[in-house]
Amino acid sequence: MNLSLLLEMASSASDERIAVVSGDVALSAIDLDAAARRVAARFLEMGATGVVYCGTNDVSFPIALFAASYAGIPFIPLNYRLGAEQLQPLVEANAGAVVVAEVMPVIGAGAAMTVDRRDLLNESFAATSDVELPGFVDPEDVAVLLYTSGTSGTPKAAILRHRHLTAYVIGTVEFAGAEPEQAALVTVPPYHIAGMANLLSNLYAGRRIVYLDAFDAEVWIDTVRREGVTQAMVVPTMLARVVTHLDGSPADVPTLRTLSYGGARMPLPVLEQALELFAGTGFVNAYGLTETSSTIALLGPDDHAAAFAGDPVAKVRLGSVGKVLPGIEVEVRDEHGAVLPVGEPGLVFLRGEQVSGEYDAGSVVDEAGWFPTRDRGWIDTDDYLFIEGRADDTIIRGGENIAPAEIEDVLVRHPAVDSACVVGLPNEEWGQSIAAAVVLSAGRTTTVDELQAYCREHLRGSKTPETIVFRAELPHTPTGKLLRREVLADLAG
Amino acid sequence: MEIKAGSRLACPECSTELVVVKPPSAPVALTCSGVAIVEATADRPGGGHGDAAGDGALVGKRYADEETGLEVLCAKPGPGTLAADGRVIEIKGAKPLPSSD
Repeated sequence: MNLSLLLEMASSASDERIAVVSGDVALSAIDLDAAARRVAARFLEMGATGVVYCGTNDVSFPIALFAASYAGIPFIPLNYRLGAEQLQPLVEANAGAVVVAEVMPVIGAGAAMTVDRRDLLNESFAATSDVELPGFVDPEDVAVLLYTSGTSGTPKAAILRHRHLTAYVIGTVEFAGAEPEQAALVTVPPYHIAGMANLLSNLYAGRRIVYLDAFDAEVWIDTVRREGVTQAMVVPTMLARVVTHLDGSPADVPTLRTLSYGGARMPLPVLEQALELFAGTGFVNAYGLTETSSTIALLGPDDHAAAFAGDPVAKVRLGSVGKVLPGIEVEVRDEHGAVLPVGEPGLVFLRGEQVSGEYDAGSVVDEAGWFPTRDRGWIDTDDYLFIEGRADDTIIRGGENIAPAEIEDVLVRHPAVDSACVVGLPNEEWGQSIAAAVVLSAGRTTTVDELQAYCREHLRGSKTPETIVFRAELPHTPTGKLLRREVLADLAG
Repeated sequence: MEIKAGSRLACPECSTELVVVKPPSAPVALTCSGVAIVEATADRPGGGHGDAAGDGALVGKRYADEETGLEVLCAKPGPGTLAADGRVIEIKGAKPLPSSD
């Protein structure tokens, strides 16, 4: 299996229904397939060894992705809004690739190998000689190089082979299973694994994809209403902005059947407000990593509805990522590699056909096929997986392992707190001490003493932050991941 | 004919086209209503199957042979019935999941 075959199948099943829309451009799967083949031939004629995509999420993204697949070369999406000093090394690391650009020139790319992304839609962007596409693309070939968000340092390129991404799609999506009126609104960018997964699964399901660049809460709601969107995926920062924008009034989006969220930890107060404002919409929490070809566990609409109705067990599980997908295995291990029993927190390991675990520097998968996620978590008696956060972020205070998320979850429940980031500061007595950066809700005030008392009331004393500072905002990646190392540098400085 | 992962196969007599998801652990004769499956690029006379019964090969469905581990995905539908060494191979069950994308 390879990515272009997914498109080929979608186009052979297509009844001329629209596959992708952005702005006033709409393409059927047949149009998309023809465009991808045309562009692939041109890329091969140019001698491209890869396709670097430095553009927005619109129809030129699927054209470039499938063109790369038809040409049998890797697709490398980058965040074109990165500063030159961050973008240049990534572009230069992929010398030989054609660079599809939003804004020209792209620092580090030669003019002869740079293409305006808008040109891909042009019929005249085609091979000038007879170029034959390879036909057979090995499932072992690299389909996509995705730079991980690098919240803990320099970005690493995760390698996803055709077999990983197609295993996810054919294992979880019913081919042509979408009804004609269904539409998915995509606001995550092409360089995010969720953007990749969204494209492949919706195309395979036959669901119209509506692309929206530059997220804005009001535009998002308007688009859902105007396009009759039935499915949408957001990262937590987007949902928080939608909830703030709604300001207590119902979302009024009768067509929206499913709203899925993932990509970072969702603050429970935001989720609870969203469940109230989006009555009639089913919520899905999707957990996955770039290295696992996106989603590997789901908390579905029924679990969300039960929690909203007040079921005490379901309310606890609202803090979980649900159950792993069929075909995925999970183990929780201690620091020495021993498998831990149900209920005990430790390091999360995953195995399955969609799991890659490979980087440009090599694979981290062990001989038995297990991928160390470096996330800490635990599994309850009914197989619900709880994720506490990155192992690297765990605070060790006086020998006790403390997940920052546990303290953050308490802090954000305080009415005056909008958001919080908890980090461990070096401490001679305890090894690490707990410090929190807190952003106040608009128009609210509180004191350090009050917040510490609030934490002591809901947590053990050893988990109460010794230091609390107030900040105007917290640093995030463009896709909503909290940049803890920047908060740590701020608080340690 | 070697059945390797990713290769495109087809029935010479009907419209069925397949993609190999997992190769078999040992050589196996893959047939469509009794006719040997060929490479998709091979000659396909397309005479049809005289007595095609059953549901045929359904597009987007995975067919798996438990004995050899062979798994194919139907890329184009056809009326024929798929078999491995004479054993009819069945649709691999896929539980519909709530959309997360």
